[in-house]
Amino acid sequence: MIAAPVRLRRPGGDFDAVPVAEDVHWIGALDPTLRSFDIILKTANGTTYNSYCVRGSEGVAIIDTVKAEFADEFFSRLEQVARYDEITTIVLNHLEPDHTGALPELLRRAPQARLYISHRAPLMLKGLLKYDGESLDFTTVTQGDTVSLGDRSLRFLHTPFLHWPDTQCTYLVEDGILFSGDIFGCHFCDPRLFNDHVGDFRFSFEYYYQHIMRPFREHVLTALPLVEDLELNLICPAHGPIHRDAPRGYVKRYRQLAESQLANEASQRDKTLVIFYISAYGNTAVMAQAVKDGAETVDGVRVSVYDLQGGEVTPFVDLIEEADGLAIGSPTINGDAVKPVWDLLSCLTQVPLKGKLGAAFGSYGWSGEAVGMLEDRLRGLKLRVPCPGIKLKLIPTGEELADCHAFGRNLALQLTGQAGFRVVDIAELA
Amino acid sequence: MPKAQVLFEDIGVAVTVPAGTRLIEVSEKVGAGITYGCREGECGTCMMKIVKGMENLANPSLLETKVLQEQMAGRQNRLACQAQVLQGEVVVRPG
Repeated sequence: MIAAPVRLRRPGGDFDAVPVAEDVHWIGALDPTLRSFDIILKTANGTTYNSYCVRGSEGVAIIDTVKAEFADEFFSRLEQVARYDEITTIVLNHLEPDHTGALPELLRRAPQARLYISHRAPLMLKGLLKYDGESLDFTTVTQGDTVSLGDRSLRFLHTPFLHWPDTQCTYLVEDGILFSGDIFGCHFCDPRLFNDHVGDFRFSFEYYYQHIMRPFREHVLTALPLVEDLELNLICPAHGPIHRDAPRGYVKRYRQLAESQLANEASQRDKTLVIFYISAYGNTAVMAQAVKDGAETVDGVRVSVYDLQGGEVTPFVDLIEEADGLAIGSPTINGDAVKPVWDLLSCLTQVPLKGKLGAAFGSYGWSGEAVGMLEDRLRGLKLRVPCPGIKLKLIPTGEELADCHAFGRNLALQLTGQAGFRVVDIAELA
Repeated sequence: MPKAQVLFEDIGVAVTVPAGTRLIEVSEKVGAGITYGCREGECGTCMMKIVKGMENLANPSLLETKVLQEQMAGRQNRLACQAQVLQGEVVVRPG
């Protein structure tokens, strides 16, 4: 057990490498004043860029580097535990610039080292380093590939989309240490480094999952069995505290976060359609009800309707995450859908949406642009929009409400795979 | 002019098109879920799956082949901004 607080800087100004296990050192950097990460994340406690040095009998491996501005700190720590000519292996678990900023200089100082990246990473490496395609040599690896350091070996876990296509984890087999990249990490800077010594970082851990990993929930669920099967003495993520106390608890928490919080009462066979609307004079509200009534004429579809004015965005996002289909009703005001609708749609990148059914409808006074705009946004979010939206001028007539009813029924038929195919000639399309 | 038919599986719409039509010209008009980036065959964003009728598409250009390789594409993948329909029926769905 390593006593806290860890000494991170020597009186002369050099930075200390911090022992994590026997011949395994943290050589990362602290960024305590950062308050916003990647624009989308608040970082009340700053962050850390974690890098690790692993020494074997026949080589030294560096796992990940740091953001470019912190390269001096990284190299200072590295030099405490290894010479550059000893480095045989450089592993990048993830190529985002906060982990690769010091890579060009590391490659310059340790030209003999072999670079290992996931097989999804070469294009990103090229984009980051702007090399000509031949001047940089590297090895791509995937699930089960290993690299020997003599008496120790690194094994790679293929864990794409956690949270970029290139992401992977690296496992130090003999010691049961997982270098996990961004998964199991968080933005929380505390120089005591280890989870059993730092301040309470639970909110940061959960917040990080919600904003970074949740959009890739299905990939989290695919990757977790690879980790759950491992002996885990330590989890060394790329940001935040190192999990040495009960590391498996963080894996279990990820499974809880990635699985549904509550079972959906709709049966396994039923499809779910959620309808959100907002209405200035009640016309779009009436349309929403007609859409609901129409959808409910189809067996096997469970329909729910929500007034956007009566709720917060976050629980609505949760509902959409679990639903098979989403219909949105908005009036057109000044040529646009209204702000609460855009507020909801701007938050949907937090959840997986690809392949869900989307639809739009709404009443308008002058021009009715909202429906088309919403359809474009839904397509942009990778929903499928099979039924052309319905817009109508001001107060719906009985005939127009019948159209809304039919629209709802069509949505339900699409959801249940009963809609069949429509054939059109390209000349009929606008 | 010879005709072909493209079925967009995600939205359940089949579109009759003149031979030689690029899929990008159809998919956006009909509202299929294929999304585009550069529209010039470089970014790979519009990679789609050819469910049926690959033989009815023009062969990929060198550029498209290169991008598909970079994207780790499978044998059923093509870029919607590049693929041209030549004849018969082609069934596609997003990425």
